[in-house]
Amino acid sequence: MKTMQTQEEYYSGVRMLRYDLLKELVLAVAGVGIVVLGLSAFLSSPDVAPVTIATWAQNDPVDFETTATNELAGSTTSAAYGNPYNTNGPGQSWGPLAPQKWFGTRIPIDSANEFVIQPLQRAASSNTALSAQLDVWQKASSDQQGKWTAAYSAALATATVKDGQVTVADGDYGPLPVMMSNLLGLAQAGGLDGLLQVNGRFYQTDYTPSLVFMGDGGYLPGLAHQANLTGSQWGMMNETGSYPGQTWLWLYTMWYQVPPFNSSTGFLGINSGNADLGIIILMTLLTAALALVPFIPILRDIPRWIPIHRLIWRAYYSPKVRP
Amino acid sequence: MDTTKPGPSSWTLRVRQLLERRLPMDHLLPDRQPYYVGSWVYVFGVITIAAVGWVVLSGVVLAFMGPQWWHDSRLGRFFNSMHFWSVQLFFIFMVLHLWGQYFMAGWRHGRASTWLIGVVIFGISILTAFTGYLSQQNFDAQYIAINAKDAMNAAGAGAFFNVLNFGQMYGLHVMLLPIGVILLVALHIVMVRMRGVVKPIDAEGAARS
Repeated sequence: MKTMQTQEEYYSGVRMLRYDLLKELVLAVAGVGIVVLGLSAFLSSPDVAPVTIATWAQNDPVDFETTATNELAGSTTSAAYGNPYNTNGPGQSWGPLAPQKWFGTRIPIDSANEFVIQPLQRAASSNTALSAQLDVWQKASSDQQGKWTAAYSAALATATVKDGQVTVADGDYGPLPVMMSNLLGLAQAGGLDGLLQVNGRFYQTDYTPSLVFMGDGGYLPGLAHQANLTGSQWGMMNETGSYPGQTWLWLYTMWYQVPPFNSSTGFLGINSGNADLGIIILMTLLTAALALVPFIPILRDIPRWIPIHRLIWRAYYSPKVRP
Repeated sequence: MDTTKPGPSSWTLRVRQLLERRLPMDHLLPDRQPYYVGSWVYVFGVITIAAVGWVVLSGVVLAFMGPQWWHDSRLGRFFNSMHFWSVQLFFIFMVLHLWGQYFMAGWRHGRASTWLIGVVIFGISILTAFTGYLSQQNFDAQYIAINAKDAMNAAGAGAFFNVLNFGQMYGLHVMLLPIGVILLVALHIVMVRMRGVVKPIDAEGAARS
């Protein structure tokens, strides 16, 4: 049986010099500490205040009402998402590979009810006009509801805003103007933040409903675009202001900028529609390859072919110094 | 029979003998190194460890004081900045260390497992930093969560790893993932000390493990 070579055997014949590892570590900690303290003192760190549903509704009430209307129509991202939120969409897949479906609806989200109807039902307990209009909505056929949401959504494209209130051209929108103006008022006052977040509980650390709702709108993603944070802007590597983001994700985010991942036609069934899945698979394979470099021909031989090691071990390759 | 001494079947004795044989103190804390260790490339490893130290120190203070502190007080903001910049430096140094080890073919002569654990540390560090960015409680954290959920969901991971759930991300960031990184870094260092630094690539160029 082959026994492991001891260090003494491994270094046999190699000249050994005094080397103080702990002193080097202490100096490194001190040196890095000075750099960290300096950067912190002079550059601080990013901390732009989060967007609330209230600030969204106050700053862009038309976008807020459009999003809420689209939630009722079932046309927002979350309403048609698929698992793990609901079964309204197919989710991403590549051929027969559809991991998004594997674990079912583990984080259920019913967008229309959760973001619009249920908050309005709570508000309607002290508002008879709203209660009556909600009743009209819920007794209407889905076909009729669809006509109202389509008409109101189209009217919102030319809506005007005065004192935070949204006004649309006259039309047949059923109960939607009353429902939406009440939801907007509730949101502008901060009530919708509380209703979506707390939802019958006291302690709460899960922001899924609020973030999904805001993600369906155009306001928060619009601010992200202005800050160069979106996926098509290499956003994973950026933070607000001029701060670096997760720059170590450069390779991951790069794939989103190139074909087939940014193309609608794609290649071998991978395109912009299932880019997330394709890139996760690719990065998993690349990470495995990095871990297994010692066993992969060519990859493990490159360090021998490119003589950077001669710069690293300059003393070893110098004929004057080598023992 | 002397019952005051452990017998040859003693697990404790066997582990102690194994450690004494494989990791004697003069290997764990050596005061001599091969002359070719006097190269700048070896600094990358030690400054990576130093950066981890500052990440952990600033992170412990932030965790102790709680999530509101780093938004509401100047001192909290300063410690948040220390955490932010030490993480940035940690990744810069770790990537330099990784490239250095690659061009040294540091996996040679029975060191492939040390390389492999290093890559695992890199991966878990990325996950730790990702959960940290999600735990910032600012606009960046909001958008990162909204944007990243689609990739997690597409991979099937979103059903269990909900990036929109601050409580889950914060718990992973301050507890489970750092424990993983610290234990694996300790194991990585022990493995380096057990085998010693790899010899230079020889004239025949044996880059294989």
